[in-house]
Amino acid sequence: MSKEVLRTEHVAKSFGAVTALEDVSIHLSKGEVLGLLGDNGAGKSTLMKILTGFHRPSGGKIYFEGIEIELKSVSHARSLGIEPVYQDLALVNGLNVYHNMFLQREIMYGGIFRILNDGAMRERAKKQLKEMGVHIPSVDVEIAKLSGGQRQAIAVARSVYANAKVLLLDEPTAAMGVKESTMILDLVRRLKEKGEVSIIIVAHNYAQIFDFCDRINLLQNGKITFDQRTKDTSVEQLTSLVVNEYRAARESIIRP
Amino acid sequence: MAKDVADSFSRPQDSPRRVEHRGLARRVGLSLLHSREASIAIAGIVLVVYFQTTAPAFLSPGNIANLAGYAATTAIIAAGEVMVLISGEVDLSVGQVYALSPFVMYYAHEAGVPFVLAILLGLMVASIVGIINGLLTVVLRIPSFIATLGTFYLINGFTLTISGGFPVQPKAGPTITTTFGGNAVSQSLWAIGIALVFQFVLRKMRWGLHTIATGGNLLGASEVGVKVGVIKVGNFILCSILGGLAGTLDAFRIGSIDPLAGGSEIMFMAIASAVIGGTLLTGGSGTIIGAFFGAIVLGILKDGFTLSGVSAYTFDMILGGAILITMLINVRLSLLRAAGGGQ
Repeated sequence: MSKEVLRTEHVAKSFGAVTALEDVSIHLSKGEVLGLLGDNGAGKSTLMKILTGFHRPSGGKIYFEGIEIELKSVSHARSLGIEPVYQDLALVNGLNVYHNMFLQREIMYGGIFRILNDGAMRERAKKQLKEMGVHIPSVDVEIAKLSGGQRQAIAVARSVYANAKVLLLDEPTAAMGVKESTMILDLVRRLKEKGEVSIIIVAHNYAQIFDFCDRINLLQNGKITFDQRTKDTSVEQLTSLVVNEYRAARESIIRP
Repeated sequence: MAKDVADSFSRPQDSPRRVEHRGLARRVGLSLLHSREASIAIAGIVLVVYFQTTAPAFLSPGNIANLAGYAATTAIIAAGEVMVLISGEVDLSVGQVYALSPFVMYYAHEAGVPFVLAILLGLMVASIVGIINGLLTVVLRIPSFIATLGTFYLINGFTLTISGGFPVQPKAGPTITTTFGGNAVSQSLWAIGIALVFQFVLRKMRWGLHTIATGGNLLGASEVGVKVGVIKVGNFILCSILGGLAGTLDAFRIGSIDPLAGGSEIMFMAIASAVIGGTLLTGGSGTIIGAFFGAIVLGILKDGFTLSGVSAYTFDMILGGAILITMLINVRLSLLRAAGGGQ
């Protein structure tokens, strides 16, 4: 693989007495798709929120394009090109599609009053969605009126539009039907083919993302326990790993 | 659409033309219901017609001036309250700022400060109250209902203390008096201007967009990088300033500054205007123009019933009923929207 974009070394995070992440070292190259798997509560979302600048790590280092960085805020991470697509989508129901796509980086007329240039935002949103093959009735409709898949697609499009270098997809197909998830996964596949963005995709359902991830990391109890290129592993191997985890967990409950 | 199909299916005897006709009526009805501003404005017109037939003095110049002054004050405060409500909070203290600002102005003027500066000083004190409300809510995380309930009493006590509980008369020249709401026309122009400016801020400026985002999805907006704390504090400040301005304008219109004026009465009228006009208490949705019409409708109701000889007690019952019915309609409409009924 080519140039390294993102790397974490021994990142840890605790919330009071609760340790969410113990020791996480991951790395991501340009154009690479990394699948991050793990059970509920394994720390996937916490790791994502650290990479987006939403949480500060309690320990460890983060490198972006080879330089050690301290992510000060979400805006800071985004200015570097690290773009999150959250599980809760961070979409605002009362706003229309293009306002959501441009939220916090609105196109405005010059001057101190920060007047919104709705025409420009509407046109660019249309163009962007068309280019990405996202079909919605109109960019003027309120987000609340769209389906889960469409909402997710808009969240992804919003991040890509922002010239993301690293796209963080947190459970992109959660609570979605087959047709809807196919639409999202196709979108990710098209992005991968372009090779411009690196993607970390968090998922439960590893069978679904397996065929287009370049590499798989498994996060268990706040630690990376598995790191293999997809071609060197298989869905069966991953399944047995997770089954073993369940077995261990069950035994620890039965015999504490 | 789906409902149309279901309707025609259950009544096969309907001719196609009738279905089409009904479809049109339904669409017009829906679009009126969906434009909250339009529906509240229609309610206002109906009320004017009703009161004019029951009390012919209703549309006399004197009564219109009376009504306009009252409605304008409420509308100005409601504009600020709508901003706070949309960002997901509520400001109960605004009615007390209404009394505080003109007193600050009065005392500053007594101390030798020119009137225009004294007015600005009054509004500055109002903005400090807004900052305090905002910080209590955002930084100390006291729910705004409680935080502003606290400042409500604090400010009331403070105003009563500095005034000794007695009303005073601002002694400004005719230019200042007329400019700052000295008559119903001047005050109405202020109210209209403020409603238009704030509607513009809400719909066309980044501040408004971020206000809706903050109230609509607090976590989501902050994840995207919207400075939700700044937005909330800013709207508390705007609301307080408008409360202070409304009080100042009323001071010149009435010709007297009363420490007991405003308070919960005017604050609740402002919130009622906002709610009747279509602003949700849950945040994320609202309209300034709607609240403006809401204030006029409340003014018409209050004034009309007074003219028709209906007692204040009855008025309160009608106001309560109006708020409940509007909220019912709002909730129904939101459900309808969520179901995709309106496109």
